[in-house]
Amino acid sequence: MSTDTIDDTDRTPTGGFAAEPVSKVGDRVFSGLSRGAGIIILVTLAGVAMFLVWNAMPALTASSKEIGPGGDEGNGKGFLSYVGTLAFGTVWAALLALLIAVPFGVAIALYISHYAPKRLSRTLGYVIDLLAAIPSVVYGLWGIFVLAPTMADHVYPWFSDHLGFVPMFSGKVLASGRSMATVALVLAVMILPIITAISREVFLQTPRLNEEAALALGATRWEMIRIAVLPYGKSGVISGAMLGLGRALGETMAVALILAPANVYSLKLFTSQNPNTIAANIALQFPESTGLEVNTLIATGLVLFAITLFVNLMSRRAARGNIF
Amino acid sequence: MSVSTVEIANAATTSPFDNRTLTASGRAMIVAASLVVGVALSAVLGGVAIVRVVAIAAVLHTAALYLASLRIEGRRRAIDRLMTSVVTGSFVLVLIPLVSVIWTSIDRGAARFDGAFFTETMRGVAGAGGGAKHAIIGTLIITGLAAVLSVPVGILVAVYLVEYGQRNRLSSMITTMVDVMTGIPSIVAGLFAYSLFVIFQGPGARSGIAGAVALSVLMTPVIVRATEEMLRLVSNDLREASFALGVPKWKTIVKVVLPTAVGGILTGITLAIARVIGETAPLLIASGLAQDTNLNPLSGRMTTLPVMSYYGYVAPGFPPEAGYDRGWAAALTLIIIVLVLFTAARVIAKVLQPKGFR
Amino acid sequence: MRISSKRLIATAIVASLALAACGGDDDTTPAADEPAADGMAQVSGTLIGAGSSAQAAAMAAWQAGFQATNPDATIEYDPIGSGGGREQFLAGATDFAGSDAFLKDEEYQTSIDRCVGDQGAINLPHYISPIAVAYNLPGVDSLNLTSAVIAGIFAGTITKWNDPAIADANAGAVLPDEDINPVHRSDESGTTENFSDYLAAVQPDIWTFGKVKAWPDGIGGEGAPQTSGVVQALKAGEGSIGYADASQVGDLSVALIGVGDSFVAYTPEAAAKSVEVSNRVEGRSPYDFGFSLDRTTTEAGVYPITLVSYHIVCLQYDDQAKVDLIKSFMEYAGSEEGQNAAAAAAGSAPISADLRAQLLESVNAVTLAG
Repeated sequence: MSTDTIDDTDRTPTGGFAAEPVSKVGDRVFSGLSRGAGIIILVTLAGVAMFLVWNAMPALTASSKEIGPGGDEGNGKGFLSYVGTLAFGTVWAALLALLIAVPFGVAIALYISHYAPKRLSRTLGYVIDLLAAIPSVVYGLWGIFVLAPTMADHVYPWFSDHLGFVPMFSGKVLASGRSMATVALVLAVMILPIITAISREVFLQTPRLNEEAALALGATRWEMIRIAVLPYGKSGVISGAMLGLGRALGETMAVALILAPANVYSLKLFTSQNPNTIAANIALQFPESTGLEVNTLIATGLVLFAITLFVNLMSRRAARGNIF
Repeated sequence: MSVSTVEIANAATTSPFDNRTLTASGRAMIVAASLVVGVALSAVLGGVAIVRVVAIAAVLHTAALYLASLRIEGRRRAIDRLMTSVVTGSFVLVLIPLVSVIWTSIDRGAARFDGAFFTETMRGVAGAGGGAKHAIIGTLIITGLAAVLSVPVGILVAVYLVEYGQRNRLSSMITTMVDVMTGIPSIVAGLFAYSLFVIFQGPGARSGIAGAVALSVLMTPVIVRATEEMLRLVSNDLREASFALGVPKWKTIVKVVLPTAVGGILTGITLAIARVIGETAPLLIASGLAQDTNLNPLSGRMTTLPVMSYYGYVAPGFPPEAGYDRGWAAALTLIIIVLVLFTAARVIAKVLQPKGFR
Repeated sequence: MRISSKRLIATAIVASLALAACGGDDDTTPAADEPAADGMAQVSGTLIGAGSSAQAAAMAAWQAGFQATNPDATIEYDPIGSGGGREQFLAGATDFAGSDAFLKDEEYQTSIDRCVGDQGAINLPHYISPIAVAYNLPGVDSLNLTSAVIAGIFAGTITKWNDPAIADANAGAVLPDEDINPVHRSDESGTTENFSDYLAAVQPDIWTFGKVKAWPDGIGGEGAPQTSGVVQALKAGEGSIGYADASQVGDLSVALIGVGDSFVAYTPEAAAKSVEVSNRVEGRSPYDFGFSLDRTTTEAGVYPITLVSYHIVCLQYDDQAKVDLIKSFMEYAGSEEGQNAAAAAAGSAPISADLRAQLLESVNAVTLAG
């Protein structure tokens, strides 16, 4: 997972070995096979993209009156208006989750790599990895049955009462707690292990010499981390955060189960009027959709694909650009 | 004047705070004081609840330790202590949702986690009763098929990237595309597989294989990444030694490179499986829901555990409790399967880790 | 005979499924009218249906009851949603559809092409279920709501529980000065379609959004996925009110609905009556029983917020085994036994004996194309 983050030139077989023996048939077959597999990847991805575009086309070319709620009767507001709030909600929820998860992810990674007793660190890493393995439908059910009511009873009202002047915390707190704040928290828990896993790995790979040099100069543990570990791991953290962001953008079931959606642009965290996410909206509307409605949903899927693509390319750039 | 100086001097010498560093007894005092104030404060703020006491005491302890350290040990040590508290506290805080999720699943899933749940299907079941045999079988078939589809491709792609590609244009393109593929939202993969099989099997087609294709779209990039990393870790000396003995390149890869990395590769595969086995949305669209066991992945709907869990919640039947209980039991089963896979991955990695690796 | 069987229906609702099935056997109605399941020739094969999730629980009961007497037959049902169910049926991917709405006109035209022969598909209203207006307001155990109040609450014009419009119909109730939190479905659904159809029919001036599958934008309220989500949101949120399939509301309080001058509680009988006072949709096969529900009725004892879910089948199939299977299963679903089984398993309203007899004629009209 962290190939991006490690300068691996010294480990890569550099090819063109002088004494590389030649076995024409076997090598040709094997290299052909492996190249073929690579091409399968390209074909699959092209297939996914083509299918999305092909099925989205009718919605993108239809008259705007036919798209969106009320489209059946010609009262639709068009695709851009429809996808606008969804794209906003998708990015907003994912960014909130990232905002919560990154500091915790880095802290946990540091705890495991530099604070926990050496014997424990492996087990602790395993425990955090477990968070990644819990199915999203379970997170969704936990979100509605446990987290949402707890937060709505004990936490959100406090924010609303004491910090209500901040626009994000204003508005009437939804009694069932199925608001954007809960979704962001659940998404944060879901992407935390991704961020932690990658950060931990790069933190562990900090050259020992750098660490020991810092300590020898009399640095405290935190100063050593600040001077040696964090700069070394920065690109890994960014790359992990981007991967986590990608995961959060595409998360479907947990959001669909938890969020109380409305077709609005809103930054408020605790109310019943929350912008929905693209993936959750597809899951909610797909079963009852027919004809052009299906095309519209797939077109929103295309938008989601484009957003995640962008994030992924940024993540690669972040990872590559920061290697020193 | 002099009296007070003496007092301070006395206080300093009898103080548990040693002149340069915090002693164990000093820290114990801070912990105790934090707890006491925590109890008192939480009583004032609306009743002594364990959660509130611990939360308040933890914050107080962090602050007190920082201040004490600042006073006695200086700013640098104080910040170091503060960060230790913050990092440790974060870790403990994150354990809460993990424990809560698992506890909730066990607590609610236990009601139907019985023998019948593993030996019966939902055929002919209305209301209470029934089981998840068909869903467990479906999950194993679909995930197994997905693995069969993506493992060879994934490993071969990694082999190409590491052993043959040599950073040519095709390989850098594949690397980029693998990264892009990692980011495909699972529901988009589901829509893709669904409409792919509509071409072959007609509208509304749902089958185990369609679900497997959706999952393999999600799985393959994970396997490529893991395998690629493992292959890069294989020492070049091994390859060169093999070449020097006149072993052809492909045989070197099959007999030397891959076996050397097999532990890591298997771990990667297991983790990839664990990652997709809980996918709900794509299977909902591509494989659907059936009440009975379906052993033929090529035709007919096939129930999986996450889909069963989802429907247990959204369409619980009447009375709803029976459906909820089945849904949670299915979720618990799924978590246990994932746990077993995770543990297996660790064991495999340990057992197969060859010498000269890392 | 009719009266006694009606009484049986009432008891069957609380009886277990097995009990209901036995009751059907003991109280056999004339064989020509409704042959008991064990009197029918056994059928085998697989029948695939998909569609409405509203009737999923009833379908589970029908599958169980039918497969008990026909162990070689398999009925698969995927509750993907009504729209998807109709689409897949019309595409020929399934043998029958479950749908909370009868085929639209253009869908009926499509069905003429899809089905063999030229008679198209028919709608069989085998599942009638009241939609309850449930609320969570501690201390208020009983609530009368006129149609104007319901429309006002869900359209967002009545926002407080102690609004005079609510208080007027609830003399003696202590209504708190609290905000109303109306809960609606966040997914497209037949329940929303039927509920908004009711609001649009009775209070078009207050509910100006018409009959919609998806909740309209801009009128607020809390969205929740599926019936379970709505019920969960209601249970978790004090001051909430929402609409949901009556069998799923559990121990939530349920409002009485103003019809004419009286307030009607949802009961299976009152819901079944709403179909009896309604008209069949025109321009279809004589065997078709699509109902345009009359929401504005003022007849006493009729519960107007009712969901009718259909089985949509072709009148002709090109395979005798399929014909036998369809007829046998649909006959069972529409039989007294089948209706009681659904009532026990899903809290639905058994259809009346008259309608049962009519539906049986429709089922018997399914033939092999020839």
